[in-house]
Amino acid sequence: MAPHPDGVGVSARDRILGRLRAGPAVAPVPLPDVQGWIQARRRDEGRAARVERLRAALLAARAEVHDSSEAAWPELLGALCVAKGLRTLLVGTAAESQRQRHSGLPAGVRVLDCDTPADAWRQRLFGDVDAALTRARSAIADTGSLVLWCGPGEPRTLSLVPPVHIVLLATDAIHADLPAALQSEAWPQGLATNVVLASGPSKTADIQQTLAYGAHGPRQLVVILLHAHMDAL
Amino acid sequence: MRPDAGRQAGEQFAWRSRQAVADTAQRINFRSAMDFLQEKRRAQFPDDAELAQLRDLGAALRGYSLAHLPRLLEQLEARCRQNGMQVHWAETAAEANTIALDIAQRAGARRIVKGKSMVSEEIGFNHAMQAAAIEAIETDMGEFIVQLAGEAPSHIIMPAIHKTKRQIAALFAARIPGAPYTEDVDALIQIGRQALRREFERAELGLSGVNFAVAETGTLCLVENEGNGRMCTTLPRVHIAITGIEKVVERLDHVPPLLSLLTRSATGQAITTYVNLISGPRRAGERDGPEEVHLILVDNGRTQAYADAALRATLQCIRCGACMNHCPVYARIGGHAYGTTYPGPIGAIVSPHMLGLEQTYPLAFASTLCGACSQVCPVRIPIPELLVQLRNAAQARASQGAAMLRGAGAARRPLVSAAWRAWSLLYGRGLLYGVGTWLMSRGRALAPVRQGAWTRCRTPLRPAPRRLRDLLRRGRPQTPIAK
Repeated sequence: MAPHPDGVGVSARDRILGRLRAGPAVAPVPLPDVQGWIQARRRDEGRAARVERLRAALLAARAEVHDSSEAAWPELLGALCVAKGLRTLLVGTAAESQRQRHSGLPAGVRVLDCDTPADAWRQRLFGDVDAALTRARSAIADTGSLVLWCGPGEPRTLSLVPPVHIVLLATDAIHADLPAALQSEAWPQGLATNVVLASGPSKTADIQQTLAYGAHGPRQLVVILLHAHMDAL
Repeated sequence: MRPDAGRQAGEQFAWRSRQAVADTAQRINFRSAMDFLQEKRRAQFPDDAELAQLRDLGAALRGYSLAHLPRLLEQLEARCRQNGMQVHWAETAAEANTIALDIAQRAGARRIVKGKSMVSEEIGFNHAMQAAAIEAIETDMGEFIVQLAGEAPSHIIMPAIHKTKRQIAALFAARIPGAPYTEDVDALIQIGRQALRREFERAELGLSGVNFAVAETGTLCLVENEGNGRMCTTLPRVHIAITGIEKVVERLDHVPPLLSLLTRSATGQAITTYVNLISGPRRAGERDGPEEVHLILVDNGRTQAYADAALRATLQCIRCGACMNHCPVYARIGGHAYGTTYPGPIGAIVSPHMLGLEQTYPLAFASTLCGACSQVCPVRIPIPELLVQLRNAAQARASQGAAMLRGAGAARRPLVSAAWRAWSLLYGRGLLYGVGTWLMSRGRALAPVRQGAWTRCRTPLRPAPRRLRDLLRRGRPQTPIAK
């Protein structure tokens, strides 16, 4: 057996594995047919149908869904900030250009970029940040899940700590189900250190089975769907 | 083992059960919660055929993981290390706590924020940290409530299921500084949110459980609704994930079917609000996330279950709680009466391996073997069969094969064993049976009026005046038997 790099718990490890290996011989268990199950669930649907399934699932989970496009979303964002009274907006740098991030915002809204030196935004994360804007890598129609691929441009706390999470999603990145996302994006070959499937605002039913939103994460999840052609709607 | 340890465990369990059954308010809480959870689950599985197929797949996937467990654990360890995690192995609860304490002390931690972890309950983590002057703070709303009340969880998924909002309102007003009395659930959750945000900000260490550990990629999968799991695994500088050795699956594509079974069976959700896939500490360039991630793999009796080809199925469990939600015994006595970390049917079959049969055999008898649990189990654990096997082990002679189970024979009573030996002798031999039953029918007047627990609420058993074979010999009865 390979020597244990940490040098601690060596014997515990060997004893546990030893006991498992000494277990009774059971009939060989073949690899279950997961692919068969995945194939059987495949549905024949167009992109529009998939978008609508995602929308329905998100709405059922009490997320907000808006339609826009790459060109038009800054304006929508500005309108949302006004409507919701959001004054300080924390922004990830994943895909948004500096110009886009600021262009549509009304004068009263301050933008905190998370790529500022010394991570000044982190000091304010639990303070006066009203909302965060991030971009989802993709989404899953079946369960209404946004795939948040956290990384240098998309810190994990952005989609977690501020009370409102606004997320951009390109409609050509919507998968039918989780197996499809896993397969077509080749997750097994390379995951970010932190990948989150987020399917609505934070919630709990821990008090007398009564559903309450905004338990620890965002109270509001606002999804902006970016359609390639707005006129296709 | 003290000679009377088994008897004591039985008496204590019976006493707690009687208390629970007499508590009408609590019974209403449990009944309505169970109805709610059953209905939510039912709504998630409208198609029986789809459910059956998915359960087959779930059982096959868990069976496969267990069949290859040592190899998968080694693969998991290697991949987690490659991802920059540190992997630790603990044979016992005490060892797991020692490892965690060592990590906490090296990190200079004074406060630990905890995501929901039943393994941490199982090993008495909070207590062990407290003894070293480190505060362990539960952050799942249910766990937070239970900790504030100085209680233990009464359900593995919904820890505060035994409490009403009134009780929680009073608890918050009394125990959270500045909290007003309110019975508004939204307001109560906001009070909890504010109280815990302070802790998330300043805790040096976060602890979480694991729902599935993926060997192929070295990934820890964690499901939750509140976001506290994300907080605990994101904000503190050090993250410890703690899990039983059985939670490993081989491939990432094994997760979707199991995940679907877990959330739909547990809370009737197609998916939980958050599914976290954690594959290591923050990498260069990342602006947040823990700098250290530790994985503690805990045995604590699981290898004992593994050593028996039938009891091994116990380890298929994905901790959804559907068995307790559908158990008529659990619904009536609630989670605390069991006296173990894991209550309900799964608790009755898993606890003996953690605590020994001396302490836990009464749980195996607290079942009507109605089979509701196995009917809903998403990974098809044959719970009633395992209950019977544990009953037999508890009553076996210590020298018999069952002796490999800790505490085997703890329920063995010489008089009971002798009675059953006599019964089997009598019923196994025709001539002896004839003589025996003749003597009994003649001596029926001698049948005792008090027959222990039987006559507490039933009329005493007396042999019939005529044996069946005598009645048959006389031919057809004159009057039809029972109309």
